[in-house]
Amino acid sequence: MLKVEETQSVEFSTELVNKFAEIVSRYPEGKEKSALLPILHEVQAVNGWLSSVAMDKVAAYLNIAPIEVYEVASFYSMYFLRPQGKFVLEVCRTGPCCLVGAEKIIDYIGEKLGVKEGEVTADGLFSYRGVECLAACGFAPVLQIGPEYTFYENLTTNSVDQLISDLKDKASKS
Amino acid sequence: MGRKLLLEHINVPGINTLEVYRKTGGYRAVEKAIKTMSTDEVVEEVKKSGLRGRGGAGFPTGMKWSFLAKPEGVARYLVCNADESEPGTFKDRYLMTNIPHALIEGMIVSSYALGANTSYIYVRGEMMPQIRILEKAIAEAKAAGFLGKNILGSGYDLELYVQPGGGAYICGEETALLESLEGKRGNPRIKPPFPAIAGLYGCPTVVNNVESIAAVVPIINDGGEEYAKIGIGRSTGTKLISASGNINKPGVYEIELGVSVEDFIYSEEYCGGIANGKRLKAVVAGGSSVPILPANLILNLVNGDKRLMSYESLSEGGFTTGTMLGSGGFVVLDEDQCIVRNTWNFSRFYHHESCGQCSPCREGTGWMEKVLHRLENGHGKMSDMDLLVDVSKKIEGNTICPLGDAAAWPVASAIRHFRDEFEWHVRNPTLAVKENFGLAHYADPLPELVS
Amino acid sequence: MNILNFLKLSEKVKVTIDGMPVEVEPGTSILNAARQIGGDIVPPAMCYYSKLEGSGGKCRTCLVKVSKGSEKDPRPMPKLVASCRTNVMDGMEVQNITSPEVVEARRGIVEMLLINHPLDCPVCDQAGECHLQDLAYEHGAEATRYEFDRRTFDRIDIGDKIQLHMTRCILCYRCVFVADQITENRVHGILGRGDHAEISTYIEKAIDNDFSGNVIDVCPVGALTDKTFRFKNRVWFTKPVEAHRDCPTCSGKTTLWYKGEEVLRVTARKDEFGEVEEFICNTCRFDKKETKDWVIEGPKKVSRQSVINSNHYDQLQPAQVVKKNLELMEANKEQFERATKF
Ligand SMILES: Cc1cc2nc3c(=O)[nH]c(=O)nc-3n(C[C@H](O)[C@H](O)[C@H](O)COP(=O)(O)O)c2cc1C
Ligand code: SF4
Ligand code: SF4
Ligand code: FES
Ligand code: FES
Repeated sequence: MLKVEETQSVEFSTELVNKFAEIVSRYPEGKEKSALLPILHEVQAVNGWLSSVAMDKVAAYLNIAPIEVYEVASFYSMYFLRPQGKFVLEVCRTGPCCLVGAEKIIDYIGEKLGVKEGEVTADGLFSYRGVECLAACGFAPVLQIGPEYTFYENLTTNSVDQLISDLKDKASKS
Repeated sequence: MGRKLLLEHINVPGINTLEVYRKTGGYRAVEKAIKTMSTDEVVEEVKKSGLRGRGGAGFPTGMKWSFLAKPEGVARYLVCNADESEPGTFKDRYLMTNIPHALIEGMIVSSYALGANTSYIYVRGEMMPQIRILEKAIAEAKAAGFLGKNILGSGYDLELYVQPGGGAYICGEETALLESLEGKRGNPRIKPPFPAIAGLYGCPTVVNNVESIAAVVPIINDGGEEYAKIGIGRSTGTKLISASGNINKPGVYEIELGVSVEDFIYSEEYCGGIANGKRLKAVVAGGSSVPILPANLILNLVNGDKRLMSYESLSEGGFTTGTMLGSGGFVVLDEDQCIVRNTWNFSRFYHHESCGQCSPCREGTGWMEKVLHRLENGHGKMSDMDLLVDVSKKIEGNTICPLGDAAAWPVASAIRHFRDEFEWHVRNPTLAVKENFGLAHYADPLPELVS
Repeated sequence: MNILNFLKLSEKVKVTIDGMPVEVEPGTSILNAARQIGGDIVPPAMCYYSKLEGSGGKCRTCLVKVSKGSEKDPRPMPKLVASCRTNVMDGMEVQNITSPEVVEARRGIVEMLLINHPLDCPVCDQAGECHLQDLAYEHGAEATRYEFDRRTFDRIDIGDKIQLHMTRCILCYRCVFVADQITENRVHGILGRGDHAEISTYIEKAIDNDFSGNVIDVCPVGALTDKTFRFKNRVWFTKPVEAHRDCPTCSGKTTLWYKGEEVLRVTARKDEFGEVEEFICNTCRFDKKETKDWVIEGPKKVSRQSVINSNHYDQLQPAQVVKKNLELMEANKEQFERATKF
């Protein structure tokens, strides 16, 4: 069983709830459950991850059992069931990228951030992980950063340095 | 220069906007189909074109459309498969990023042909930027009267929505995709029933790849017969090839089916040869799921003829000496690459992506990955190769969906063609961690191999 | 009258399984047609459960070969098919134990099911009535070729009556279907993906429902067990007795498992294919452990296939069909020898 921390109190803003309503309107009546994946993305974009409290609220909104949400959230790799760094660097680790040095980039990011895959840096800013093919193999190595899944292509150690310092700047300004 | 049907205007500035797209002739197919053709006529043109599904299986699109059940009073759906997750494949992302309206236009024409009034584009969740691009394009098309109620005054209504996935390769399998679109885990369904009878929400549904749908646009504009003139034999038309790995010019290329593999790899028009002056060792020609071939077998057929980029030529020789066009993910490995490591990497991918529903795939993919991992890390045994082949056979054909086969083939083919490289790993465990086996005889002319 | 009868008859479809013909209703699965014939030609089913809608197709132990599709389209099917989820067609010919290909594939499936399964049969509640144990026994799974650590999970309690040993689970999904279809408010389900998938409640929640105990009976292995099963015991040392009581919630028809004078546990009654006849309520299952609670009917007949049976109960009888059919006798030599040895 997954052990979860119940540390979050979750409130959905009116804006978010309006967004939910727009999403639900895309499906025929009685098929509101179709909205589950897009809604989970919206919730994660706001909260950074999906706590069980947040998932229970989504279940209540869609009028389905909480377990149906857990089943889905735990199936797909994009949903985080644990808190993450503010920026999660997701680097492709699949064959075609590895042919042109993805493994070295992943190792380099680990060294540079001083954490292991899945851990969060002490300042709470970064975590990273290897992910499977991102459909950008011709621009390899690549990484993406949620919640907008901005893409960074043809990575080199220099461009990784640059990216990390840019992100730090961004964080200190916000 | 080969003819371009999908990417002809890719370099026109602003082609991602409706305005520029229309200036290059965009939305002519919608006008033509909806105003001048019956739905059956559209289906007929697609049949005539010989278009085969570009998502991997190569099933004739027109025929698939004609199987769609049409019971009275039941909604029908068209769902576009934009889950693109097959390692080595990135053409759909490229097309959607640069010319989103090509897909939207294709969706409108295809939905009209199938009598669908609501259609979905299921885009893998990681492609959030592409989702935004498509949503914007849909809004533009709607504002211009190509979507929504009473399109172009024809009385035909269509709503088009973009649905994000959640990160799962298996959702590219069409029934897993439909489950996911219904808000469930992406477990492939047990067939029958097929989606053409009971698909999305239990209604008749067609699932087509992004490129297949975009190809409907030139087919309607120029006619199915014109389209069928391009290409070779039953491989008609043009195909987007995603080229990656150790080549000078990785990227997406539109080819006329039938160019030779050699030209594709070495000509300046396409990949521009192997990077850094290295030599070619192996190619995975159609996405990670298809058998890997050594240099000599990918360039030539056993009879010495050149192998061509077509469904038939790539699969010539069956699993003994051939491979498949698949999704067109063309991955090139140079002489410095290790086949064992690459096979392990692919195997880890399938292990990671198995949905876990059926026992041979759930257990077998993990087993293969572990054996390959120990081989790659110098702990392998001579018997491991036979074990891997045996495990792959126990998965292949015995599973609910083709992911089991897709996991088995790369492993079986790597051992079939590169057995001596695997054996070298076992014999030289310490060396194998530091060095690679190199090109060895994998590029030697074929006749010697055969005799 | 005659015409009606005729119509009704002509609606039936004819299918031949391992050379044995049977006429069944259209829409019957190959597995259920085989069950109508009975005997050794019935494919083993680890995930299908006739009382649970949507079940089946997952474990792949019931794979068979369709050597002739139907009278109309006699082409064989290209791959082995799951007999529990493939319907018969008129004139279909199916091979189960007469096909070496099927036997080989099934051996492979059993091996896959076992590679991550713990070797703890001696301490497992289910031993003796475990379908996986039966399968492993029948398919002669030799020493395992799997040399890696087996997947393990911690045990969890789902409420105070049911324990989940996830390590033993084969992900047949039956318990999830029970929770979905027999009880209200499903609280457990399948979490994770691939070989990390697990049955769980995510956050510790009790399955609290009148019929939740049925997940124990449908579980083909010892993954869901009855915490009220007193004095852990080998099932084959216990004596099953059929009994009933007047129950306001369920049919009250059960099997009591005795040791000496004591009722160790209560289960639903199972048919020859290991399926419960009728689901029972939690009161009957967990709270009625005294002989005085019950009206005793008589000893339960133990299923022919099970390990309890071949080890400790009445002799293994070769099915009738085997004797008549030479091809079958050949195909089923091992079983046949085992039977005649006794
Ligand atoms: C495991 C698996 C993954 C697949 N992934 C994709 C995919 O990402 N995109 C796609 O278009 N088809 C994919 N397919 C093929 C689809 O099931 C389906 O055949 C295709 O979408 C049909 O469209 P087409 O006829 O236009 O090719 C996949 C199939 C399998 C078995
Ligand atoms: S073959 Fe693999 S991915 Fe496909 S249904 Fe079975 S377990 Fe799932
Ligand atoms: S716990 Fe038992 S019934 Fe539930 S899925 Fe696992 S094996 Fe099947
Ligand atoms: S392998 Fe990295 S993006 Fe495809
Ligand atoms: S019983 Fe048919 S697949 Fe499990």
